Amino acid sequence: MSTEPTRTHAIDMSAIAQPRVANTPAGKTSIDIQNLNLFYADKQALHNINMQIPEKQVTAYIGPSGCGKSTLLRCINRMNDLVDSARIEGNISIEGADIYRPGVDVAELRRHVGMVFQKPNPFPKSIYENVAYGLRIQGVNERRILDEAVEKSLRGAAIWDEVKDRLQDNALGLSGGQQQRLVIARAIAIEPSILLLDEPSSALDPISSLKIEELINELKETYTIVIVTHNMQQAARVSDFTAFMYMGDLIEFDETNTIFTNPAKKQTEDYITGRYG
Amino acid sequence: MEKQHIGKHISHQFNEDIESIRNKVLVMGGLVEQQTIDAVEAVTQGNIELAEQVVQSDKTVNALEQEIDEDCLLIIAKRQPAAFDLRLLIGVSKTITDLERIGDQAARIAGMAFKLEESNRGASDYSELKHLSVLVRNILHDALDAFARLDIESSVEILTRDKEIDQEYVSVFRQLTLSMMEDNRNIKRALNIMIAIRSLERIGDHACNVCDYVIYAVKGEDVRHMEQDEIKRAVLGK
Repeated sequence: MSTEPTRTHAIDMSAIAQPRVANTPAGKTSIDIQNLNLFYADKQALHNINMQIPEKQVTAYIGPSGCGKSTLLRCINRMNDLVDSARIEGNISIEGADIYRPGVDVAELRRHVGMVFQKPNPFPKSIYENVAYGLRIQGVNERRILDEAVEKSLRGAAIWDEVKDRLQDNALGLSGGQQQRLVIARAIAIEPSILLLDEPSSALDPISSLKIEELINELKETYTIVIVTHNMQQAARVSDFTAFMYMGDLIEFDETNTIFTNPAKKQTEDYITGRYG
Repeated sequence: MEKQHIGKHISHQFNEDIESIRNKVLVMGGLVEQQTIDAVEAVTQGNIELAEQVVQSDKTVNALEQEIDEDCLLIIAKRQPAAFDLRLLIGVSKTITDLERIGDQAARIAGMAFKLEESNRGASDYSELKHLSVLVRNILHDALDAFARLDIESSVEILTRDKEIDQEYVSVFRQLTLSMMEDNRNIKRALNIMIAIRSLERIGDHACNVCDYVIYAVKGEDVRHMEQDEIKRAVLGK
């Protein structure tokens, strides 16, 4: 008989290290993130992220500051290219096409993947010109087409009624909430398929914030939306799927209803219930 | 979920609010448990004073139900609880409804003591109630204990005991039916006891509901209309 002790692991570590990715959408995948690692110089900011973001649904990224949620969001339209020290491994495909393959036209990519930031950043131009800007860059100058596109986009961003009589006014004269919706109108004027929202309402008052949430709900009919938010109740209200990130890891990705009522991971539970882990 | 998970909120006030609600539920549980014990004793011993006490303490139980509901409402409004916290609060809100109904059933049993006093008790000690009342008292005590410790394993075990109560209920019922058939002078007494055993059986059901809510709070599993085997599989993975 062998006296050699058998090595047994009391706990299956592999099961613990793996993020829980369950109930992933049955619908069509819009953004497919595979084995994504991101480094800022020597420091790794994202660790082996895998997730399939469903088409025409709202996916929210939540997690404490510095957990990598904005970094991950910026990978989707290659905004991290602008950071010299950033290096990416793995890949992201949008509608089946790898956006990091050589030869990708990044400007064209960003036309498909619009982005809205925390602080509204309208151009110091008229309301009209802000929305028409993207189309003009594409060479569209015909007044009739521009007029139509501006109205459609402003209506789409639920701000038309508030600005239709003063389209030539300077956009900087609008309130914060109006500016944010104007910026969303600008983003959708060029008809992207994906909208990335990086804390779109954290600088707004609660009413303006609710208007943005209402808008998100309408926009998901047409666009795939990925939103980063510090406001957990907002994530719970607006999103269909929620990803919880912590220190560069994707901890849990599941239906929003599950994440907020019965998350599988203790770390997720601690975060959404306001406990220290 | 580990027991120590209840506290540990970054907000101490939140910890205290939840702890205070849990304590009030335990106080309410203790009251209805005592009501159940006293009600049976009032009937079997013909103790009118005790019966009076049971009826009186029902007011305290009702007031506690409203107070705890208000506390839960305020936490939901102010803190938007999620996950375990939310499930616990919903579970508490449902638990206290069942506790309040246990109080009502106990008061109904106690009310029997007055009626029996008016009629001629005779030599009866209403011994038919005794075994059933012990079973019910134990299940209620254990259910409250499972709530206090958020213990899903004992909750699952307690749920299996409802069957014993049902069997005992059926057996006493049969015995009473027979006694009525034997001699119609027994009818009044037997009907009174039937009302009491019915109330006891209902108390057992309410205790089981509390166990359902404990499982829901801890596991997020809604076992309300599941069979025993299903519950074991869903909760304990057995």
